Amino acid sequence: MISRRRLLSAGAATALLAACGSNTGRGGGGQALRQWYHAYGEPGVQQAVERYAKSYIAPVEVQWNPGDYDSKLATSLLSGTGPDVFESTLQVSAVRSGQIVPLDDVISAAKDDFTASILAGHTVDGHVYGVPQAVDMQMLFYRKSMLEKAGVQPPSTVDELVDAARKLTTGGVKGLFAGNDGGVEVLGGPALWSAGLDYVTPDHKVGFDDPAASSALAKLRQLYEGGSLLLGSVKDWAEPDAFTQGLVAMQWTGLWTVPAVQKALGDDFGVLPWPKLNAAGRPSVPVGAYGSMVNAKSPRVNDAKDFVRWLWVEQTDYQEDFNLSYGFHIPPRKSLSEKADKLKSGAAADAVKFVRDNAKPSNPPDWTSAMRTSFKDAVARIVRDGANPDQELKTVVSKVNDELKRIYG
Amino acid sequence: MRHARAFWLFVGPFALGLAVFVYLPIGWSVLLSFFDARNTVTPSTFVGFDNYADMLTDGPFLRSLGTFSLFALFVVPLTFVLSLALALLVNGIRFMRAFFRSVFFLPFACSYVVASLVWKLSIFNGVRFGLANTVLAWFGADPVAWTVSTSPPWYWLVLVTLRLWLQLGFYLLLFIAGLQRIPQVLYEAAWVDGARPGWQTLRFITLPQLRTTSVAVLLLLLIGAYQAFDEFYNVLGNGPFGRPPLVYLYYTALGSGGQDFGHGTAGAVILSLLIAGVTLAQGRVFTR
Repeated sequence: MISRRRLLSAGAATALLAACGSNTGRGGGGQALRQWYHAYGEPGVQQAVERYAKSYIAPVEVQWNPGDYDSKLATSLLSGTGPDVFESTLQVSAVRSGQIVPLDDVISAAKDDFTASILAGHTVDGHVYGVPQAVDMQMLFYRKSMLEKAGVQPPSTVDELVDAARKLTTGGVKGLFAGNDGGVEVLGGPALWSAGLDYVTPDHKVGFDDPAASSALAKLRQLYEGGSLLLGSVKDWAEPDAFTQGLVAMQWTGLWTVPAVQKALGDDFGVLPWPKLNAAGRPSVPVGAYGSMVNAKSPRVNDAKDFVRWLWVEQTDYQEDFNLSYGFHIPPRKSLSEKADKLKSGAAADAVKFVRDNAKPSNPPDWTSAMRTSFKDAVARIVRDGANPDQELKTVVSKVNDELKRIYG
Repeated sequence: MRHARAFWLFVGPFALGLAVFVYLPIGWSVLLSFFDARNTVTPSTFVGFDNYADMLTDGPFLRSLGTFSLFALFVVPLTFVLSLALALLVNGIRFMRAFFRSVFFLPFACSYVVASLVWKLSIFNGVRFGLANTVLAWFGADPVAWTVSTSPPWYWLVLVTLRLWLQLGFYLLLFIAGLQRIPQVLYEAAWVDGARPGWQTLRFITLPQLRTTSVAVLLLLLIGAYQAFDEFYNVLGNGPFGRPPLVYLYYTALGSGGQDFGHGTAGAVILSLLIAGVTLAQGRVFTR
């Protein structure tokens, strides 16, 4: 009871405070533009983005958001209290419900410089809604010495990979770690791409209504069933620990682990894209990028767009600093990724090459949350429970068809 | 007059808080469930019962309702019997009663998230140096991926032990309170009438006297079973195995870009009706 009263009085107090403090915008330009970031893990990023904002001609107030950023952002955009400028991945639902504005005119000057597959992740109906900030990608890490010892070549097809994982499983070492769920979360996409399929086709049809999808997912089941996957590890796929501690010979993880892996293993590792399954398929790496977007409900859409153009299109030195000085990302712009010294050798250079040649958007804008849940459920049942892939995929295809019909008519 | 003013002075703020923070959201949810509400909480497209029809034919949602009805069927009697047995034991000892009461109650004060992580990462992790797997290794068994394996579904062992550890203390406390309210004279009278302490007094005095407590405990347990969320969400994530209805609805309406409030709230209303139905039926059976 007391807490509720406290809450009420606290609410009244904040309202008063807010009333006092609402007009503190620097200079005569009125209120500052509000910009949101999620909390990057690497030290220094927060200071960096605040520094960028400070050097802009108009006042910009940067808010750093630890915790569940996506939910917080979604709620604030709904309630109309959201920031003017924010970073996010693109969902077609945000476009359809008019939450964000197209940024074609913002990006036009440098559009060709952005890696096409990255930009595709921020494009709906031919319009760009987010200016990519930094690229993250996933790939296959392997321990050179372990492969040599087992007489295994770095795999170039899925069958070779399954075979290698089996041969590399000895004693306390497992062949491959792709997440504690057996790869359900991260390998569904690569499995489709390995057979030349995709989530959704460019003409808005289901991209995996094909018998090859069943055989691609059956390979994941084969990996799981063969006992060569590490399961139930303390850290999940996004952390390099299982790989650096020698629990596995290969691990599917992200570019961001390269510094940690280098520190632990030196030169004793290499990276690969997820290999192809058959002649129709191609090797692939999933890529994703947060893009800078503008809130359609902002009272100052044009000012916000100007700021996005200034920071994420014009200020290439800031973009370079943001991508390369703190964590380990690839700049989304070819002109920057090509000249970066840090990306010229070793695993990083390979990663740049994969992004150029093999990139697939890890979560395309029209791959909705409902489709994702349905697809992952099916993959989980196929991989972990041995369910029949044909039947499981039939359910997903009809679900995805319904969703696509709803979106595109 | 003075009375009325005092009444509203005391009750008003709380009634207002309740209305604004509890009843309004509930009412709004029911309203949303009749609209196509994607990425908006002020929708304009009325769809009647379409959302309900969708949810009632939605495979994963129905499966999760089924799974958790089954879960309730197992976990409710188990928690009930164990907490009652513990309460009888703790109440029966003559010394250090407060100590044991606190020891068993302590886990209830532990955060569900923290406990989930301890269970998932230390006790039941899948590598050979996890606690459970170390014990298995003593007997020469291979490590088990506890939270991953679906045949046999070991994740139920993880979640049921976790839930028991977290919740037993609370129901233990309710039962102890109930036990202490039973007048001692009843036992003395029974003793005079020749009833032997033990099974006979338990069966004919203790259990009947605990009737109101038992009904309350059963009610709370049933609602709790259907509302399971935290430990499942933290141990299993969003997979098709052992997914509670609330986790599914969370991903429909809120988590990671779902924002489909129409279907989410329709599912929530269906779940509420189911809980209400089951508890009413349960009340019928036990208060007759």
